[in-house]
Formats: sequence, structure tokens, C-alpha cells
Amino acid sequence: MHIMEGFLPPLHAAAWTVAAAPFVVAGARRIARITREHPNTKLLLAASGAFAFVLSALKIPSVTGSCSHPTGTGLGAILFGPSVMVVLGAIVLLFQALLLAHGGITTLGANVFSMGIVGPWVAYGIFKLARLWGGPLALAVFLAALFGDLATYGITSIQIALAFPDPVSGFGGALAKFAGVFALTQIPLAVIEGLLTVVVVNLLSQYSRDELEDLAFAAGAMK
Amino acid sequence: MKRTNLMLLLLAFLVTLSPLLSPLPKALEQPFAGADAQAEALIVAANPDYQRWFEPLWEPPSGEIETLLFALQAALGSGLLGYYLGLRRGQSQRREHDGANARD
Repeated sequence: MHIMEGFLPPLHAAAWTVAAAPFVVAGARRIARITREHPNTKLLLAASGAFAFVLSALKIPSVTGSCSHPTGTGLGAILFGPSVMVVLGAIVLLFQALLLAHGGITTLGANVFSMGIVGPWVAYGIFKLARLWGGPLALAVFLAALFGDLATYGITSIQIALAFPDPVSGFGGALAKFAGVFALTQIPLAVIEGLLTVVVVNLLSQYSRDELEDLAFAAGAMK
Repeated sequence: MKRTNLMLLLLAFLVTLSPLLSPLPKALEQPFAGADAQAEALIVAANPDYQRWFEPLWEPPSGEIETLLFALQAALGSGLLGYYLGLRRGQSQRREHDGANARD
């Protein structure tokens, strides 16, 4: 669930767009490099984007009595590195903003920042840490996807709280309020995203060994 | 591996289902509304002066059309993902098959 069209004041909307823009450029260049140097991974890259496309379409009920959807960006982030996901995330967000009135054009920069940048980078960081500490591959994948998903909605809450600080309790009060809506709702969904990402990685490590080796994914973990 | 994956999918299904079976939190105007709609309500309640300064360029004219587009999004994504996994599965099976033949 992204920030709704017109619900960030123009200054905030512009600032997040400016913040996200360099990542989009860097991500596009990285994709160009990957497809040039590892052309056999092109289809896997598309499949990673497709994973984000499906998961973003699934509105799932949560214990808070509301609905939200996972992001699906953790998978591509751990396979290809976090920078490619900003482009794939932006495509998903643009589709939803233009055709579904979900998210928006004016809030695209802010939403790209949370879903395409922070989420994937957190997922990638958690994955690397978990592997560094000797965590099994499946656990590392699960935690990466889970925290990437949660981080996305944590940032969404921060972005809205910055734009609409509480008249009494200020930014902190507003953050608690919006995190209660976005982040709390997201917890079971993040678990679901973690589980599904592990399923896909299991399938990949069975059928797509060549590509994973090419990408040096989890070197040594593949048998 | 197949068993592990089936267990994981079952677990994901149960996590999805459990909110529908557990009692709803109280004081809920509309059960299972979108989190974005709830946030919008909070913003408007706390900032009654805020004017939404940009409207969506196009909105699905009805709930049905919206469902159509969401279903299309899911279908495109899962279609491509399924195509990819099926293709690779077939390729790796053929390789094993060829390998087995070569050893004969």
C-alpha cells in the first residue's frame, strides 16, 4: 500500500523524487551492464521483476483487520544486487499509479524510494549479514525478504509522518500513528513474502544453477 | 525439496487465512479495508485543511474494472515466473537425461 496520489505536499513529493532519481539512473546502468556481461541471466531478471509484479497485486488480510500487499523486491535484490530493483520497482509502481489509481504520479518518487531503494538495500544487507554469520541459505533468504518488506513500509510511515506531523506530539506521534497502520499491518505479510521468496530460491537452486553460478549467488551453498 | 516447498506454501496459506478466522479488532469501520485508505482517513482527520493537490489521472470506473486490472497484473507476473521456472526445469531435466544416455 503506497502513498496515495496527491497526499504528499508538493515540496515533499519533489524532494523524494530528487532523492530517488540518481538511484534510478544507477539502477538502469547496472541492468544494462548485467544484461551485457551475463546475457543468460536476462530471463531470470525478468522473472524477478515478475515476482514483484505478482506480489504487489495480492492484497492480503492482516491481523490488524486491514489489507495490504507484499512488495516482492527482496528476491531480485539478493540475486542481482539491490540497485537493479529500483527500476523493476518503478515499473510496478507506474503500472499501479496509471491503471489502478493506487499510489500516484506525484508520490511516485517517495514510493520508489521506499519500495525500490530502501526495501531492496535492507534485504540485501540482511542477506549478506546472515550469510556472513553462517546462517543457512533458506534462513538468510527468509529474513532478507521479511525485513526488506517491513523496511519499505517503515519508510512509507516515516515519509507520511514527515509530511503530516501531529499538531501535539509532532513527528514522533505521527510516526507511531502511521506505523500502526502500515508497519503493523505488514508484519504477517512480510512473513508470507519471506516464505514465498524461500520457495522461489529453492526452485532456482534446483533448476537454475548455471545462472546462480554466473551471478556468484551464495557461492558454496549450491550443491 | 518438493516437500519443503509444499510445507512452506501451506504455511504461507495459513498465515494468509488466519486473520480471516480470528476475531476482528474492535472499532473497525470497515473490515479489511486497504491500509492506504486508513492512512488517508488519519491524515484527513488530523489535517482537515489539507487539500489533495493532485487527483489520479485515471481511475478504474468500477470495482469490477479494478479487479480486472489487479488480476491482470497477477496473471502477467505469475505467467512469466511460471514460464521461466518451467523452461529451466525442462532444460535441467533434459540435461540429466542426456547425461544419463551419454554414460550408457
